[in-house]
Amino acid sequence: MSNILTEAREVSKYFPASKHGAIEVLLRKDPLWVKAVDHVSLQISSHEILALVGESGAGKTTLGRLFSTLEIPTNGEIMFMGEKLNRKNAPKIRRKIQMVFQNPLESLDPRLSVRDIVLEPLGHSNLNRQEKEDRLAYSLMAVGLDPLEFASRRPRDLSGGQRQRVAIARAIVSNPKFVVLDEPTSALDASIQAQVLNLLVDLFEDRDYTYLLITHNIAVARFISDRIAVMYAGRIVEIGPSEDIMTDAKHPYTQALLKSVPSLGTKEVEGPEGETPSLLNPPPGCRFHPRCPYAMEVCKTTEPNLVPVGNTSVACWLFGKESR
Amino acid sequence: MTDQLLQVSNLVTTYKTVYGSIRALDGIDLSIVEGESVALVGESGSGKSTLGLSIVKLLPLNCQYSAGEIVLEGRSIVPLTNSEMRNIRGRVVFMIFQDPLNSLNPVKKIGPQVLEALHVRYRREGKSLDDAEGELIDALKDVRIPDPRVILERFPHQLSGGQIQRVIIAMGLLMKPKLLIADEPTSAIDVTLQAQILKLLNVLKKEHNMSLIFITHDISVAYTVADKIGVMYAGKLVEVGPSDEVIMSPSHPYTKGLISSLPSGNKKQGRLKSIQGTPASVLNPPPGCRYHPRCPFIMEICRTTEPALVPIRKSTVACWLYSNESAKQIDDNIPGQSNVAY
Repeated sequence: MSNILTEAREVSKYFPASKHGAIEVLLRKDPLWVKAVDHVSLQISSHEILALVGESGAGKTTLGRLFSTLEIPTNGEIMFMGEKLNRKNAPKIRRKIQMVFQNPLESLDPRLSVRDIVLEPLGHSNLNRQEKEDRLAYSLMAVGLDPLEFASRRPRDLSGGQRQRVAIARAIVSNPKFVVLDEPTSALDASIQAQVLNLLVDLFEDRDYTYLLITHNIAVARFISDRIAVMYAGRIVEIGPSEDIMTDAKHPYTQALLKSVPSLGTKEVEGPEGETPSLLNPPPGCRFHPRCPYAMEVCKTTEPNLVPVGNTSVACWLFGKESR
Repeated sequence: MTDQLLQVSNLVTTYKTVYGSIRALDGIDLSIVEGESVALVGESGSGKSTLGLSIVKLLPLNCQYSAGEIVLEGRSIVPLTNSEMRNIRGRVVFMIFQDPLNSLNPVKKIGPQVLEALHVRYRREGKSLDDAEGELIDALKDVRIPDPRVILERFPHQLSGGQIQRVIIAMGLLMKPKLLIADEPTSAIDVTLQAQILKLLNVLKKEHNMSLIFITHDISVAYTVADKIGVMYAGKLVEVGPSDEVIMSPSHPYTKGLISSLPSGNKKQGRLKSIQGTPASVLNPPPGCRYHPRCPFIMEICRTTEPALVPIRKSTVACWLYSNESAKQIDDNIPGQSNVAY
């Protein structure tokens, strides 16, 4: 049994959507909240790759930021290596977590050289100059960049793929335990995406990393991950081994999502009916019910919880009663 | 009987930049008949956006037509003046651009600007302008905009990127052009919405016999939306053919590489077969075949001479592997860079 590296326990993240000062309080107005993540529980095991899949507004980036300590939960708690994350231990825990972002142009400081960018995470360490240079060379070579050629360059001199490799080098230089990757290849050309995905897999297999990969691209999720968690309107609706999710999706939203993905196997794509839900005022009961072809009465009033069905867990009343 | 709508012949367009002249398009041949949808697939620097802009004559000021011809509805458009083009744009050809935010006037509400475009069509058709708003609301509903009447009163900055793109697509559909050119229209929106919009484009194609040029970097989307696929690389069309043929039996090594780069299956089944190297620079393209530095089937002739276009089944391919001249050389062929397995 692999042990749990990090865990979200009934975590919610609400962002204020309206001004709520003295006047609003006096007028007894209710504050408006964007419920980006709403009561999510998720365990990530050591040395696994978990892909968080969903569309915009599903909450996956926010959940990723909660796991990487860039956001503090409104409710619930984040556990990392058995410790509950709080203000005091956050700096210590953060040293074991790194993030790779979507747009390398925005995530690399344009005024710094590649050397400065990649070594930045080691700023507070007690490594001496030579040790840092060694780590720099090692990290750059690990991502396929020649240190002699690239260490003094600036981001503007690099191609998109090279920038993203620098971002990955920066993420691995401090030997993290946990790497959160937010759409790491979405901004790259198709041929470069393949190279970077291969690189991420190579790095993972050589080292004791754990990845949380956030993506809207199901094919990428399927390729790289061991497990896939599908998010919709701030909740996890289905989670399980990647192959099971791809070939035997149980949640109606997952099924609709898979049908809408263009692939070379078919000329037909089919989108689900209806609109993406409002996060200010999500539909009552199951958030997918207005768009669900199987909606029942209970779906309109009560939110389903994740229940195990075979190898996966599904939050859907089609399965809720069966597995009781 | 379908008529030839667009004929591009040997088109060369050149950008003048501080780094020198860049031939963004270097001898493009492409033809489209009425009711046909063509997807232009390529990566950064392939020239696919430039080709779209060339057809509507909206190239940036530092770009000019250096050679070749574009014939639209039987009329050669490269020599036309701007006012002559204004008559053609919107009626015959309409383009949806890549960056939706730049397509709308930021100081005007959505309603008046889209209606303005629709009025052009109504005046041309001699219809009463009273019906325009109703048709606009229907079009916004077709692209799944909730509360269209509310959206009409908003300013562009109040809409999300996805909503703006949908408004632009609705505008394109409302214009009912003979040829719609869409440059990455679905790249900024969710995959479920993309599926709805691709379906909508298909309906329009069938109901109004509308031709479509769909520019995309995603070959899977190209396959879904198009009858014909044109694969572009570094300013050249390297393969053009019916989408089933290009995808199921690709001829050009670049097309094969693009298809096998697509993530499929799981990592346990092996690494993705990626194309080595980076997309060719258009500023300093490699001599001979532009793809040769990345090609695993490279031969001597590829390094020196640009390949001729050769017909294969129903497609056309620019590759020495398929030319009779190089057939003799294939026997002596030493496969080049061998890290890539196809």
